[in-house]
This record gives sequence, C-alpha cells and structure tokens, in this order.
Amino acid sequence: MEALWLSVRLAVLVAAILLVVAVPLAYWLAQTAWRGKFLVESAISLPLVLPPTVLGFYLLVALGANGWLGKLWLAWFGHTLAFTFTGLVVASLFYSLPFAVQPLVLAFESVDPRLLAAAAVLGASRWRAFRQILLPLSVPGIVTAAVLSFAHTLGEFGVVLMVGGNIPGVTRTVSIDIYDHVQSLDYAAANRMAIALLLISFAVLSTIYAMNRRVWSPWPGR
Amino acid sequence: MSALNAGRGQLDARFRYSRTGPSRGMFELAVDFRIQPGITILFGPSGAGKSTLLDCVAGLLKPAAARIELNGQSLHDSAADIFVPPQRRHLAYLFQEPALFPHLTVEQNVSFGLFGANEVERASRVQDLLAAFRVEHLAYRKPAEISGGEAQRIALARALAPAPRAVLLDEPLKGLDAELKAAIVDDLRSWNKIRQLPILYVTHQRDEVDALGERVIAVDRGRIVAEGAPHTVLDAPRKKRVAYAAGFENHLSAVIQDIREADGVMRARLAGSETELELPLGYAAVGNRVHIAIRAGDILLAARRPEGLSARNILEGTLASLEKNGTSLVCRVIAGAVFLVHITPGAARSLELAVGQHVWLVIKTHSCHLVED
Repeated sequence: MEALWLSVRLAVLVAAILLVVAVPLAYWLAQTAWRGKFLVESAISLPLVLPPTVLGFYLLVALGANGWLGKLWLAWFGHTLAFTFTGLVVASLFYSLPFAVQPLVLAFESVDPRLLAAAAVLGASRWRAFRQILLPLSVPGIVTAAVLSFAHTLGEFGVVLMVGGNIPGVTRTVSIDIYDHVQSLDYAAANRMAIALLLISFAVLSTIYAMNRRVWSPWPGR
Repeated sequence: MSALNAGRGQLDARFRYSRTGPSRGMFELAVDFRIQPGITILFGPSGAGKSTLLDCVAGLLKPAAARIELNGQSLHDSAADIFVPPQRRHLAYLFQEPALFPHLTVEQNVSFGLFGANEVERASRVQDLLAAFRVEHLAYRKPAEISGGEAQRIALARALAPAPRAVLLDEPLKGLDAELKAAIVDDLRSWNKIRQLPILYVTHQRDEVDALGERVIAVDRGRIVAEGAPHTVLDAPRKKRVAYAAGFENHLSAVIQDIREADGVMRARLAGSETELELPLGYAAVGNRVHIAIRAGDILLAARRPEGLSARNILEGTLASLEKNGTSLVCRVIAGAVFLVHITPGAARSLELAVGQHVWLVIKTHSCHLVED
C-alpha cells in the first residue's frame, strides 16, 4: 500500500499546485485577444497527444544534472530532480496541465461577459470582479479541473517511469507497482493494487459526472 | 448623498467608433450630443448603433476622437489622453437583460456597488432602493427565483445604488407589458425628481417614445438624424433619414399619378417601373416626386396570387434573397423596386419559400407613408 499512498500524495500535491498555476493561466487565455494565443493553447495541450515516453524523455533531459532545470535545481538545493519525488511532481505538473487548464478556460468563457461589464460599471476593480463574480460562477469548472488533474496524475505511468524510475517509497507509484507485480507474476498483489486504483478512479469520475459537467471537453470554441 | 448636491447634471459627448463586423462589413458610429437632466430618449432601429453608443459613454468601449464630459468633468478626452475606466465613471448602466449576479441574493446584488460605505449605511441604502422600486419583499431571494419584471427593477436599483452621476438605460423594459413598463418608469421618474440626473433611455419602440419622451435623439446607421421634442422628431417623418429612424425599412421614390379626394387616397408610380401603389391622401400634387416609406413588418408575403382581400396594393414580384436577422427573416423582393419584408421563420417554412420564386406582396393603403422629398 506504500505505492498507493505515494500516488495519492503525488496526485493531491499536483492537483493543488496546478490549480494555483492554471487559474491565472486560464483566466488569461479566456480573456486575451492576443493573436498568438493558439500557440500557448497548443503547447499546453501537447501532453494530450504525445506518448508519455516522449514527454518523459524530454523532462528527464531537462531535469537531469545536465538539463537547464536540473542545473538550476542542483545549484539551489544540491541535488538533481531526476529520480526524486520532487522530480515526479514537476513532471506531473506538465503532464496534467491541460486537464486543469481546459475546464477552467471553458468555465471562465461561459460566464456571461455582461455580468463582468455590470461589475465594472458598478465600480468593481478587475480583481474584485474576478474574485466575487467570475470565480464563484466557475466553481463547477474549478472542481472539474481539480478532480481531473488528481485522477490523471494518479493514473500516469510512462512519464513516471522515465523521470522517476522505480524507487520504493520515493518514486514507485501505484501503476509502476502493478507493472512490477505482473512482471514477477504476482497476480494477486497486482490485482489488489489495480482494484484499489480502479475504485478510486471510478469514485472520482462519478463525482464529476454527477455534477453534470462535460469532462473530456476540447478547447472551448470561439 | 453626494448625488443630491451634484445639482443639475449634463452629459456632453462627441466621438467616433468604428468596427468591422463579421458579416455586415464596416460599421461606424459618429455622434455629437448633449443630454440635460431628465429622460432623453435615444431612438432608432435595431443595428443603428444605440447600444454601442451607450457602451462608449460607459467606457466599456473605447471610441476614437472622443470627448465625453459629465458635469464639465472629462470622462474621455482622446486629445488630452484622458480615459476614465468604467469603474471610475460613476454611471448607472442598465443593459437589455437584468444581468443580475446569479450567485448573490437580491440584497447582495443591490449592495454590490456600495463597497465604500459602512455596513449600517449600506443596509439602509439598499432598503431604501428596494422600497423605491417595490421589491423589498424579495431581498433574500436569488435571481433565479424572481420574475423578469422584478429582475429588471432590481437591476435598476442595483445600478442606481452607488449614487451615479448619469443613467444609461438600454431598452431596459424590453419584453415587459405596457402597464409594468409605465409603473417602472414612474418609479424611476420619482427617484430622479430630486436628483435631476441626465438619463439616456434607448428604445426602438415608438410607443415608449410617446410615453416617456421629454426629448428625443433619433439615430440611424451610426448617425444622429434628428433631435428635439418627440412629436417634431417622429410624427409624420418628413425627411428620409428620420423615416429610417422611425423604423421604415422601405423607401421608394415615386411620382403621384392621380388623386382621389373622395376616397381619401392617391396613386403613385414607382420610379423606373410600371408598379403603382395606393397611399393615403397627403400634401402632394399630381406629377410630384415623393418618397414612400413602408415598414418591412407591414408587408404581407404570399406564395400564390391572393384574392378577395381588402388591401389595395397587391404587387407581383420575385424573391431575390432570404436572410436571417435575429428571430425574423428578411426577404428581399423585386417588384418594380426592391422591397424588404420581415416574416417569421415559421411563415417561411409554411410558404416553402425559395429564392427566385414568384411571390406577391400585399400592402394596405395606410401602411404606405408619404415622405416629402
């Protein structure tokens, strides 16, 4: 169960950090008129189409002792990111970013712009309108974003394998644990883990479907 | 209340705003007007630029070459590079929809603009406004639980709460029945009695102009085409552009053929065609060139030759195009001249209209308005 606990910790942490990062990013995407916006959208969405090994490979290169991020980290903290829990968190942030950003953009864009105009005319600053009008009206989207990032991080395999390796208690997540058990023909142990993961995933998804949201939404139309 | 001491308000505006629409090409609004205390009606057909004008005054849009002043204080002066953002213009702006914040109660909605005031003052201001617009019993409801008329009263109370210096109303009573409308306007008038704020009230409905008007500014296609008291601007549209503003989509050049005093009618032949129209007797003599204005909604469209009708004008023509405009369809019919006809999508379906087909236009004599050249 150590692996499951590690996966849950990873997923919670990633979902929490992603919300902090994705809310301003999604707000910017939802309201900017910048013409190059599609480039940012594409970059964020890359993990949706790339094989996790490709993403994992580049993250490994970047996070390693010779990568720019790895070097920076090494200089500040005295160790590299690859094959550490922190490294897993960083990699998962990239991997799950679209699952946080897309529902948020959709939620922000579906708030009637006249409500924000009304708030402005009533004297509310942009920040106040964001806090008191836009955010409260986007709660379902925020929940969807949090739950999807959590669930997606929980189930990742390829990126973890590339960046984290397989260190028990440090980087051995539940999906890798299952893979290991199958490799060593311990089907009973693999089954315990698999069922736990399956139940958690089902519970998470049924929560958002019960909230009646479109889960796998594409980029909202303009 | 600061608005009480502000005295008589005056709004001066002069600006140009242009935008390239996705379907209709370039639209340009260029206006110059002054609004005195009391209600001024901004009147014009849909698409004339009325809402855009209000957005520019409110600062939601940024027009070019603008000078907008309220009580002598600059809100926007492009020459001096002054642009006061909407947050600091202290205007009340009521949209066509109430746009109440759906997650807040009525009371929270109305107090939204009062964040500077202290708790006690805020509560009493909200109470006063809810009472002034007769919605105090709804204070703790959410917008989803109230009717359209109530929602619009609350939106009005919310807009007026922060003691605005001028009021912009964009067809605020659209879709409400006449009685309810009159009641809300009465409440607004009595609210404004001691304040004497300039109120700009947008509408495209004639009956509202007649009911409210102290002063009317008629706009059409981004230009001010007439100003003054309602009857001088709207009654008997004398100039072609004003007729446009008064909601006549069809303008036809014609020459008077004969006048039948006894029947109270005259006949006019459309310029460049054999088509004749019968219209009510007006100040014109045989041989005079006149303009005839007809509302697109006053013309009936038939797919077969109609018979046994009281209408005197039945014109045969060809359907040249069919275009959706909001909830209605705009038919362009060539019958001696080009006629615009508004019909509902349901009517179009039941007539099985197709471009190029033969159609008949039915126009009552009294739907043809004489406009002097």
